[in-house]
Amino acid sequence: MTKAYVFAAGPLLWVSVIVFAAGCLLRLGRLAWLARKKDRPVYAYMSAHYALRSIGRWLVPMGTESMRKHPVTTVVSFAFHAAVVLVPLFLFAHVLLFYEAFGISWWTLPEEAAYAGTLVVLAGLVYFFARRLIRPEVRYLSGPADFALLVLVALPFATGLWAFHHGPGVRVVMLLHVLSGEALLAAIPFTKLSHMFLFPFLRGYMGSEFGSVRHARDW
Amino acid sequence: MEQTSTQTGDQGLEKSVARLTPDQIAKTLGEILKSEGGARLKAYVKTCMSCGLCADACHFYLSHENDPRFSPAGKVKQTIAPLLKKKGAVDPEFIKRAALVAFTQCNLCKRCVMYCPFGVDVAWLMLFVRRLCSRLGVVPQYIQDTAHSHSVTKNQMWVKEDEWIDTVFWQEEEAAEEVPGLTIPLEREGADIMYSVIAPEPKFRAQLIYQAAVMFHAAGVSWTMPATPGWDNSDMAMYTGENEIMGRLKRAHFEAAMRLRVKRIVMGECGHALRSVHDMGNRWLGWKTPPVPVTHAIEFYWELLESGKIRVAKKLKTPVTLHDPCNVARGLGLHEKARDVMAALCEDFVEMHPNREYNICCGAGGGVINCGPPHKAERLAASSAKAKQLFDARTRGARTIIAPCHNCHGGLEDIVEHHHLGMDLKFLGDVIYECMEKPWKKDEEEQGR
Amino acid sequence: MDWEPGKKSVAEPSAWSQALLVELAVSPDGERLAAVLREEGSARVVVNGEPWETSFDKAWYLRFSPDGRLTALVNADMKWTVAVDGKPWEAAFGFAWNTLFSRAGDVMAACVQDNGRYLAAVDGKPWKQGFFDLSDLVLSAEGGRTAAVVQAKALAEGDVFAFDQGAFAVAVDGKPWDNTFVNCWTPVFSPDASSVAAQVRTSPREYTVAVDGKPWEQGFACVWEPRFSPADGSVTVPARTPKGWALVRDGRPLWDKTFAQVLSHEYSPDGSRVAAVVAPSFGKWTVAVDGRPWRARFDQAVFDLCFSPDSGRVAATVRHRGKWTLACDGTTWDESFDMVGPPVFSPDGSRLAARVRRGDTWTVFVDGKPAGDAYARAFDPVFNDDGVRVLVRGISARGLYFRQVVAL
Repeated sequence: MTKAYVFAAGPLLWVSVIVFAAGCLLRLGRLAWLARKKDRPVYAYMSAHYALRSIGRWLVPMGTESMRKHPVTTVVSFAFHAAVVLVPLFLFAHVLLFYEAFGISWWTLPEEAAYAGTLVVLAGLVYFFARRLIRPEVRYLSGPADFALLVLVALPFATGLWAFHHGPGVRVVMLLHVLSGEALLAAIPFTKLSHMFLFPFLRGYMGSEFGSVRHARDW
Repeated sequence: MEQTSTQTGDQGLEKSVARLTPDQIAKTLGEILKSEGGARLKAYVKTCMSCGLCADACHFYLSHENDPRFSPAGKVKQTIAPLLKKKGAVDPEFIKRAALVAFTQCNLCKRCVMYCPFGVDVAWLMLFVRRLCSRLGVVPQYIQDTAHSHSVTKNQMWVKEDEWIDTVFWQEEEAAEEVPGLTIPLEREGADIMYSVIAPEPKFRAQLIYQAAVMFHAAGVSWTMPATPGWDNSDMAMYTGENEIMGRLKRAHFEAAMRLRVKRIVMGECGHALRSVHDMGNRWLGWKTPPVPVTHAIEFYWELLESGKIRVAKKLKTPVTLHDPCNVARGLGLHEKARDVMAALCEDFVEMHPNREYNICCGAGGGVINCGPPHKAERLAASSAKAKQLFDARTRGARTIIAPCHNCHGGLEDIVEHHHLGMDLKFLGDVIYECMEKPWKKDEEEQGR
Repeated sequence: MDWEPGKKSVAEPSAWSQALLVELAVSPDGERLAAVLREEGSARVVVNGEPWETSFDKAWYLRFSPDGRLTALVNADMKWTVAVDGKPWEAAFGFAWNTLFSRAGDVMAACVQDNGRYLAAVDGKPWKQGFFDLSDLVLSAEGGRTAAVVQAKALAEGDVFAFDQGAFAVAVDGKPWDNTFVNCWTPVFSPDASSVAAQVRTSPREYTVAVDGKPWEQGFACVWEPRFSPADGSVTVPARTPKGWALVRDGRPLWDKTFAQVLSHEYSPDGSRVAAVVAPSFGKWTVAVDGRPWRARFDQAVFDLCFSPDSGRVAATVRHRGKWTLACDGTTWDESFDMVGPPVFSPDGSRLAARVRRGDTWTVFVDGKPAGDAYARAFDPVFNDDGVRVLVRGISARGLYFRQVVAL
């Protein structure tokens, strides 16, 4: 078990980080190349001003008509997205591991905040899961992959919470935690989770089209 | 959920699909996906998180009692998403259904783009589906016939060269009876502007050319129209996915303006033509901006009123509301100028809600009304969201709807009639013509005295 | 022709009559100003104050032929025809339009419609056969022959399937090609007028060129206007290939380069060189001569591509950052304008002129510098044989027509 853990937290972690980083770069590079070949207007109309204007708008809670129409989903989404990024990056235990390995550390979340963040992530996932099941317009669009993604995101947080509470089988759960976290990281470039790094490009492009060509709001 | 019928009675779909074989579909679509399926196609389809937030942006969805098949993402799910996954290897029935969705259940109004957190452009995707269908020859008959007219005559309505010139002469004669000294200057090289219209004007609404001539005469505008193909700025080929014909049309239009050495093109109150001239046709040809600047009628009216070249004699008394066409509001941000023009012309202006970029589509745009009678019932079945919005404006007093777009006019006329709303429709030009100061009238009166 | 430098007032049309002046034209030598005057339901053509003998119900499209004759499209007794120096063609039609001239101006042609049949008429003589529709009429340079796109087969309203079978052809001197196509566009004669090439759509999705009715084997995603090489009679066309837009000769790529767009192309008169309006990348325009693009790029438009008569130089009008000017052999004039007329070379190609517009005035510019006075309206400049004089024809703000010869 320990061996497995050491392997998972060592070489496998490297693998997942490399897959994540290389995957993101590859996908971005491929899209950039494809756009160069077949969507020249994408570059021609890109405008930093309007791209940032649009990205900024869509990062402000309730900043858009769409968000105001769906206040609950908006609140849940913002809380979820903030927590899902902040908790893993600034969790004391994660930073500590990093410090032990590389001697580098950074600011960490207070324990209560990390704990609350984890709950927010899990609650958010439950909300998204329920929304997919209950709302007909979302259910119609949802396939097994969409539900699987929610589970994939839930796993490292749920196991982390379990481990924090020293629940039964904590050693197995810790291993699961590491493995599922790595799986999640590695899956980002190749699943719809890629919206994480595609968001600014898509948003920026549409913002440019609306701003510099259409002279209209895109929010 | 009951399965909606794909029996349309539309020969352009039925007969064409019957001729298709799965092999042929796979081969043709595979080729186009390879040659034209770019970054946007991939990014749009793969980034959609299926969150459904686009749904209530769509009047089809709203009007069909929130039937998820009519949501923007729902249309992607029925068309391009599986098609991409299968790399084009789909069966004829799938193509027919995809054509029905892309041609008749989406107005390409881009309202949903404003509601998607990622800005996934479903209108762009539906146009891509149309292009794929068109490559297979599966296009609703009426709009296909219109695109054919474009390819032959460079106008939308099979108007022959002599018929165009003759219609202009006719309108000139009529208008000159009202306004002494008025001319409609055909082929006047070196004028300030070239005025271009869409073919339904000479064909069915020739009085609009008359009214424009009266306005320009009163304002002392130096203007002309070509006597050659290129006078029509419309473009249904853009909506059938026949980009090659779209490019041919726009080239004829711009080259007519360059040949006539005008400073700019002013176009009549049409929405899709603006999209073709300002956004899509020019791009296909490689022009980042139109080679000759283009001014939409709304903006030109605004200039004429703002500069005092046209003065308002009496404002319109009937309470009016304004429908913001997708292609001029969301397409070029002209909604505030339209309101300025309204304020100058109308005493009683009632906003409809939502408005400006958020306005609900007329249901006719994107070539949907051009798919003709076989699809009219389906179009009206998707009109209750718009009807509600109009009814609300009516309860607050509005009796006249101003819609500065031909397709919107057609669509809204049908909705008003279908839902017994008892409102009438006008172009901005109609109102200007009605309300403007006509100096020659004063002269006549004085002479009569 | 009078090439003595100086300026004279030739005519003052506002003094001719109270009638409404609706159109103006100026003779190639600048000695005559013609106008259409309209009053009380009739139209009269007046030249230097002298009216044509007959007046018409309508008259328009006043055009001087290169040989100096004045033509107008005229309507009398519900019939239209072409009137030349006051004398209408003997035949009259339901409609007549688009007057064309041979290079020397000795032959004239027009599109005509009679009883719903469409055809062409040359010097008053109509084709033997009419068609359902006609467009893109051309007259050969020497004037011997005419060609146009015609609808050769009837099409029922909305019959998209029959349309796909092909109903269009090119008719040469009234005789249609044996082959019909989905579409035909822009026929063009070979220099000796023995052959005609046109763009055709062989199926709804395939474009190519047909020469004398026979399409090339190679099909393309799109093509534009074909041209015959004056040197060897080969046919070239801008075509969209899988690699991009290219210039294609007799079905095979002529240049090794492809572009984001290749619009019009033209041969030098001696056939030794070919130039095209190209976009090396999206939104950047220039001219490529024999496949080599100029270094200069223009962000909005390149138009009016032409070679000098001696084949030595290439010029075009260009629009960059909202202003028009002229570019020649890759060099742009220093000044730019609100509008420019088409480039005009001196016969030896040494000088280049065009009329240009700034605000409400037009001036003739030669090699980037003004020549002659500013006018409210100006016509294309004309060079004398050795290119040391330029004829400027303009109408002043007060409505006086001037003929001005400037020594260069």
